Amino acid sequence: MKLWSDNSKSLIIAVAGDLFAIPVHVVCDILDLLPVTSVPTARPFVNGLINVRGRVVPLMDLGMKIGLGAATTTPDSRFVVIELEIDGEETLVALRADKVHEVAEFELVMAEEVPRIGLRCRGEFIRAMGRRQGRFVMVLDLERVFASD
Amino acid sequence: MNILSGDPSEIFRQEADELFVQLETALLDLERAPGDKETIASAFRALHTIKGSGAMFGFEALAKFTHHVETVFDRVRNGDVPVTPGLIGVTLIARDHMRLLIDAPHQVDAAAGPAILADLDRVVRGQGEELPRKPVAPPVRVVAPAPAPVPPPAAPGYRIRFVLPANAFVLGTNPASMIREMLEMGSGKVRCDASEVPGLDGLDPERCYLRWEIELITSHAVEAIEDVFLFIRHETQLTIEPLPPAPTPEEAMVAVESVGSERAESAESTKPVVAPVVAEPVARAPVSAPASSGKPAPEGVVKVNADRINGLMNQVGELVIVQSRLKQIAHSGEEELSILSLRAVVEEMGRLVSELRETTKGIRMVPIGSLFGRFRRVVRDLSKELGKQVRLETRGEETELDKTMVESLNDPLVHLIRNAMDHGIEHAEARRLAGKEEEGVLLLTATHVGGQVLIAVDDDGKGLNLDRIRAKAEERGLLAYGAEISDADLAQLIFHPGFSTAQSVTGLSGRGVGMDVVKKSIDALRGNVEVSSQPGAGCRVVLRLPLTLAIIDGLLLKVGEERYIVPLSNVDAIVELADAALEHPGEEGNRFLFIRDELVPFLHLRDLFAVPGSPPPHEKVVIVVVGKRRVGLVVDQILGDHQTVIKSLSRLHADVKSFSGATILGDGRVALILEIDHLIEFGQHREERLRDALDPARKRGSYETLVR
Repeated sequence: MKLWSDNSKSLIIAVAGDLFAIPVHVVCDILDLLPVTSVPTARPFVNGLINVRGRVVPLMDLGMKIGLGAATTTPDSRFVVIELEIDGEETLVALRADKVHEVAEFELVMAEEVPRIGLRCRGEFIRAMGRRQGRFVMVLDLERVFASD
Repeated sequence: MNILSGDPSEIFRQEADELFVQLETALLDLERAPGDKETIASAFRALHTIKGSGAMFGFEALAKFTHHVETVFDRVRNGDVPVTPGLIGVTLIARDHMRLLIDAPHQVDAAAGPAILADLDRVVRGQGEELPRKPVAPPVRVVAPAPAPVPPPAAPGYRIRFVLPANAFVLGTNPASMIREMLEMGSGKVRCDASEVPGLDGLDPERCYLRWEIELITSHAVEAIEDVFLFIRHETQLTIEPLPPAPTPEEAMVAVESVGSERAESAESTKPVVAPVVAEPVARAPVSAPASSGKPAPEGVVKVNADRINGLMNQVGELVIVQSRLKQIAHSGEEELSILSLRAVVEEMGRLVSELRETTKGIRMVPIGSLFGRFRRVVRDLSKELGKQVRLETRGEETELDKTMVESLNDPLVHLIRNAMDHGIEHAEARRLAGKEEEGVLLLTATHVGGQVLIAVDDDGKGLNLDRIRAKAEERGLLAYGAEISDADLAQLIFHPGFSTAQSVTGLSGRGVGMDVVKKSIDALRGNVEVSSQPGAGCRVVLRLPLTLAIIDGLLLKVGEERYIVPLSNVDAIVELADAALEHPGEEGNRFLFIRDELVPFLHLRDLFAVPGSPPPHEKVVIVVVGKRRVGLVVDQILGDHQTVIKSLSRLHADVKSFSGATILGDGRVALILEIDHLIEFGQHREERLRDALDPARKRGSYETLVR
């Protein structure tokens, strides 16, 4: 599955103080916070489940996964539900976002070579970077974020 | 009827599936009882219908091929050709070929069909030569593409008289096209007898008053003519006589009144004689699972008992009534009254929904016999391949199971049967030496136990070689050297994924090719598998499966802030922790319960799930059971039963072993379903460890490696 075409629109969300871009076509839903059922013994970044219209959906703490630290709950917090293929299975996953900004089309600065130095988070999950209103936006490599490891 | 809306050939495929089962069953029955007329007739009928419907749905090649086999079986039915193992062997291969002609007509090797027919011819002829006392039947001339391969009587044709039923026109029968069809087989004269036609005033225009007589010059067989009357054979008075010149003794007159008259027809013929095996033709089809295995059966159509549909309809009717009552309550002004009647409706609704659930579940249920039936062929072919004599016995074929489950059980069961026959059951020689019957017995049993289905595969072979299993497990690091372990647990190790990676294990230790694959597929069905063995006397593998995949009865528990579900079928008892806990001077405190004179280990779910805070005063223990193994789960609170719609967990939680799925509760929150098997395993190993701790002399090792 090709997640990115060159000028696809992205949903820009804030996670642990940084901005991230998610291709719009994988986004299914943006929800207000829902009660979360914790999953004991699961890996810490996917230790929750939520009910999205009758479907049981795992909740991922993106910040924790990519090394920025756990998400905080604010009045702006939302769950962003995306659909993507994990190990050959179409899966719905909810991401914790501190804030959902907007859908935007923006220019990618360094498409391939994202510098490892100067990044707060783990670089292997960043596919490219862009710029929005003077701030950097990191384009997530979702396939890698959700790859089974 | 939406029977016409689908792909019509799909309907034929479904029908053919059943016919193939019928044919195969009949053939395998004949192997045991070669003279049984009913069985022969059943095989013939199956072939006949495959041919007829096949032609109707455009499977020309199939119809043509089947026609030849049918011809042979017609002669078997008439006693001209005896049933021999050779004949059965070739016919089974022919059956596989027919199946292929339906499933994958483009992959069929053009030479395969004629070759099978040649084999068939040889078997039939070989038989004829060996039984000179019977009138030698003319050899079946099998020329693949030729339309007339049947033993033609010397006669140049037939005199055909037929009287159609009076309501033939109403039924849509067109005599003109039937006559034309017959004339196309050759040439002939048609006479119509109109003597019965009444005067105009008495004439019913929809009634058939006419009779026909045809003198047909043709090289076709009687059957070809009978086929013209295929759909109205029961009602038609049909006489077919050969034309004078050379009447043959056998086919001098065939009066066909109904399909059911096989008995009468064959009454005169000599009894089929079982002859020694004529060199069995080499199997062309690979000897293994039936062609269907691996390929899931079409999901589209399920046959449902009409009673169940009626039940469903009634319940839906009731539901509609309840709904209108609900509406009434909603619109009535009186608040006080509403609450009361609302409660009554809720109760009613609860009953209806659970009934509906049962009925709907029933619709998806099919007897497991259909699956067991397939294995007869597997066992037959395998015993030939392995050179062992094995008899398959089945019990509890009527046991019902979810249709999708039945399909998914095929492969694991084939695997288990293969294993039992390959490694369990010995060769005749070895069995004789061991004082056993030469023929090994493989027993498949299905029973309902509680909310589960139990399927057992028993063999009376040599059993598991526990010493070899121990050695292998130690070598592979699954078991510490010299560790104390019960025979039952040791046997269970053959399902461990690390156990059976090497092929060499098979030959040496007896069992273990891909047993982990079996376990994996049974796990996926939320079942479990256990093996037990008696050295020298046999081995038993038991599969325990839930009745259905979609909905279970669950017990809702509370631990900390979260609620969990335990499948009710696994719950054995619920006790107060304080009453039951046994003071035990172990390091970890009291970890055993005394339940019905038995020590049961228990687990604090609070500890296991790392729930913060201290437990409430009156903790409960839910004793869960799988097979004979039990474990207590300490929970904060029992909330009651809950009809649980199972939702599977995503790949992101594939590593979480404690939960088998999740469900959505009444308030919309998600609750996890506990994976009992894993918890029991965990509890049992903890118990072992504790016992070791209490009795250091026993502590020579542990197999903690099993717990991951």
